[in-house]
Amino acid sequence: MVEFALPPNSRVQPGKVYKAAGAKNVKVFKIYRYDPDSNANPRLDSYEIDLDACGPMVLDALLKIKNEIDSTLTFRRSCREGICGSCAMNIDGTNTLACLKPIEDIKGDAAIYPLPHMPVVKDLIPDLTLPYAQLASIKPWMQTQTAPPPDGERLQSPEEREKLDGLWECILCFCCQTSCPSYWWNGDRYLGPSVLLQAARWILDSRDEMTGERLDDLEDPFKLYRCHTIMNCTKTCPKGLNPAKAIGAIKEKIMERRV
Amino acid sequence: MPFTAILSITHRATGVALAVGTVVLAYWLASAAYGPAAYGHAQAVLGSWLGKLALFGWTGALFYHLCNGIRHLFWDKGRGYGIAEADKSGRMVVGATAALTVLAWIIGL
Repeated sequence: MVEFALPPNSRVQPGKVYKAAGAKNVKVFKIYRYDPDSNANPRLDSYEIDLDACGPMVLDALLKIKNEIDSTLTFRRSCREGICGSCAMNIDGTNTLACLKPIEDIKGDAAIYPLPHMPVVKDLIPDLTLPYAQLASIKPWMQTQTAPPPDGERLQSPEEREKLDGLWECILCFCCQTSCPSYWWNGDRYLGPSVLLQAARWILDSRDEMTGERLDDLEDPFKLYRCHTIMNCTKTCPKGLNPAKAIGAIKEKIMERRV
Repeated sequence: MPFTAILSITHRATGVALAVGTVVLAYWLASAAYGPAAYGHAQAVLGSWLGKLALFGWTGALFYHLCNGIRHLFWDKGRGYGIAEADKSGRMVVGATAALTVLAWIIGL
């Protein structure tokens, strides 16, 4: 159910300030900090960064803070080139990947929070147990009933393959999932844009033979139809994909088999 | 909030407003069935400046919900999911709502 205010122990307090002595080209990073081991509320720490001694991306600034200023800052990152989806977070009010977000695109202070509306494990690390369980629930692998051809793999025409473009590129960073107001309100029952895009990826795959069962599973007032085409998902996707359109494609498939 | 998100929550809000408006419509019709005195009272309430302001709001809500509903029909046909397209159709809905509301009141008054 919808809650408009954070519970008292989750309200963000002002935090520490780390000055950059002697730097000329300074940018302030205001970063959400939460330590589950202390009983303190989350706080917003300010880090002054000398941009003349820092890489161009937000992830570079986070690594600089962790390496040189405050080693307790905790965040996920791996590939640093937008393919692993680990460093998804809310930067300057929009969910995106820290490794793909240029610092110079942020006007004024850079505010950095974990992905919205998820339980926070620590600092910028959200607990993604729920979306992962939802992903598993749609069986994101190829399901078949017939035996594969004896002389090779299951083939697809170039046209059939083209239907998967804009779907296979998803890296499951959950930027879209956590930007969706419907998911914020009904995340326990609505599957969310990211998981539904994955569902579409298998529904639209010509080689998958369980399309009917997949549609049966999604034909539900909450799992699929809490999507109201708010479009936050498409606006925020750091890979430029269109989850809203993918969800529309599932709705269309369900409609087609009814008429 | 992104433009498309504002339009979406406005669709929800106008839907709620229209549900309340249906009660007022029922009151107006019921008063007409009840007799001239009750109808006269209803006319006076709805004809007051506050009543007219509320009716103006409901007219706008009706046209917004109608136009945005048509936008949803296009989405249901799989069309208009691009960011630029969704922004453009949203602007068309806002424009059409304003035009139809003003037009309805020019004809009505």
